[in-house]
This record gives sequence, structure tokens and C-alpha cells, in this order.
Amino acid sequence: MSTIQSIAGENEQHPDVALVERVRGGDVSAYDTLVRKYERQVFRIAQHITQNREDAEDVVQDAFLKAYEKLDQFQGNSKFYTWLVRIAVNESLMRLRKRRTGKMVSIDEDVETEEGSVPRDLADWAPDPEQNYTQSELAEILRKTIQGLPQGFRVVFALRDVEGLSTEETAETLGLSVPAVKSRLLRARLQLRERLSRYFKRKAAPAGNGPAIAPLSGS
Amino acid sequence: MTCTEFISLLDDLIDDSVNDRMRADLLAHLKDCEHCEVTLNTTRKTIEIYRSHEIYDLPPDLRERLHAAIMARCKRGC
Ligand SMILES: [Zn+2]
Repeated sequence: MSTIQSIAGENEQHPDVALVERVRGGDVSAYDTLVRKYERQVFRIAQHITQNREDAEDVVQDAFLKAYEKLDQFQGNSKFYTWLVRIAVNESLMRLRKRRTGKMVSIDEDVETEEGSVPRDLADWAPDPEQNYTQSELAEILRKTIQGLPQGFRVVFALRDVEGLSTEETAETLGLSVPAVKSRLLRARLQLRERLSRYFKRKAAPAGNGPAIAPLSGS
Repeated sequence: MTCTEFISLLDDLIDDSVNDRMRADLLAHLKDCEHCEVTLNTTRKTIEIYRSHEIYDLPPDLRERLHAAIMARCKRGC
């Protein structure tokens, strides 16, 4: 089934389009299906941008409500999902602006970069390094690490690598050029890699009974 | 190829969007450069870890609450 879907040509109608048409025809239960299908992703994206759970909860509600109200503006030639993500990104940024009143927040924030810098930390990682941590420790490490990225990088990484949007879709969603998305994605990946090295690099000796999350000793 | 050139094409290699000739050049560099090999492998691993671990889980009860709130607001709106 999934194989057939993935090789289906552009003429094949995406199942979401049929659902959208049913909603437009007054069938609210079809919208229920769409909400259920994407609420987790929208929540995740909102968390990535706002970094605040209450805000993310509000964003999920507002984004789906706004999408519902604007559904007649949805063009069938773009994917419902990317259209919804764009709304969710905008709602998330609005939330941030409200929280930090007076401070402009945009996707263009904090993106001073020098191109193509070669990573400094050379240490190789242990095989399956994530297995040295419990699920909740690992989740905490991953959250802390990605939260340290500049927002403009974080959002690109979240959409492109976590949510699986294409480079073009990410660019369209964020109102950025394709080269800008590519440049930020590379910087984001390299920065995350470097930061995760603290936790994942191969230890000189196997860890004994020490703390699972080792202090950042200058070993 | 220098390490800087290699790094600038790292994403294209990871995302498999290089042509055959470019790929051959990149692989040739990798053969002699442990630094870039480590960078490539650990960057791939970074992406894989973020893809495969849910860091912002939506717990079932919260999900149901949000879902109900959304649908209630939509129905009220129409
Ligand atoms: Zn190199």
C-alpha cells in the first residue's frame, strides 16, 4: 500500500485532499480525521519553536482552528500538511512575540554564520551511544541540545530532518530561499553533532557505576 | 579536495543528492581523512537519533483534551 502511494504520480489525489473536500462540504467528522492525523506533528513543531509546553498547547488549538476557518483558501496543488505546518509555524512565532513583548521574533533571528567551518571535536562516538542512557535521560539530552541552537537553525532542522519535509517545502513554509535552508541545515546538523559529542563520544574506559550523564569534564 | 570543501558538501552526500563524479571525489577524500569520516558518520547518527526519538511527546490524555477542544471550537465556529 505504502509503495503504491509513494510511486503514485502527481495526478493521483492525496487522501488529504478528499478529506478537505468533505470538510468543505460540511462534514466536520472529516476534519476530525485530519486533526487526529497531524496533531502530534503540529504539537512537536510548536514545541520546537516556542520551547514552552503551554504555548505549544495553545498553538495546536489555534493552528487547527485557523486552518479550519481558512480551509477555502487552501489550494489543492500544495499538500495539506505543509499548508498546515506553515500556519503552525506562524502561530508559534506569534506566541513567541507575545511572550517576549517588544522583541521582534522572526525566523531570521540569530543566524550569523561563517560558512563551511570544519568541526573541531574529532572524537568518534561509541557504537550505539544512545544505549548508555535511559530513554528519559536521552530525551533530556536531545531537548537540551537542540534548544541551544539559534532559532533559525532549530526550525529548519525540525522541519527538514525531524518532520521530513523536503528542502523546497521547508523553504516555502518558512518563506526562505532554498540556499538559505540548505546553509542553515548544514550548520544545524554540524552544531548538534558537535554538542552531542560531549555525551556520545567513545570513552577511554567503559563506564562503571558513575553517573549516567557524565559531567562535562575536560577529559 | 580539502576538508572544508568536503564539509560544504556533507549535506548533499547525506541526502544523496550528488552526482556520480562528485560522489567519487567525496569518497576518495574519505578514504584518506579520518576526520571527515568521523564527521560524516556522527552527523548521520545525529540525524538518525533525532528522527527516531520522540523528544516532545504528546501524552494520550493531553492529546485527547486538545483534540476535544479543537473540535469543539471548530463546531462552534460554523
Ligand atoms: Zn577531510
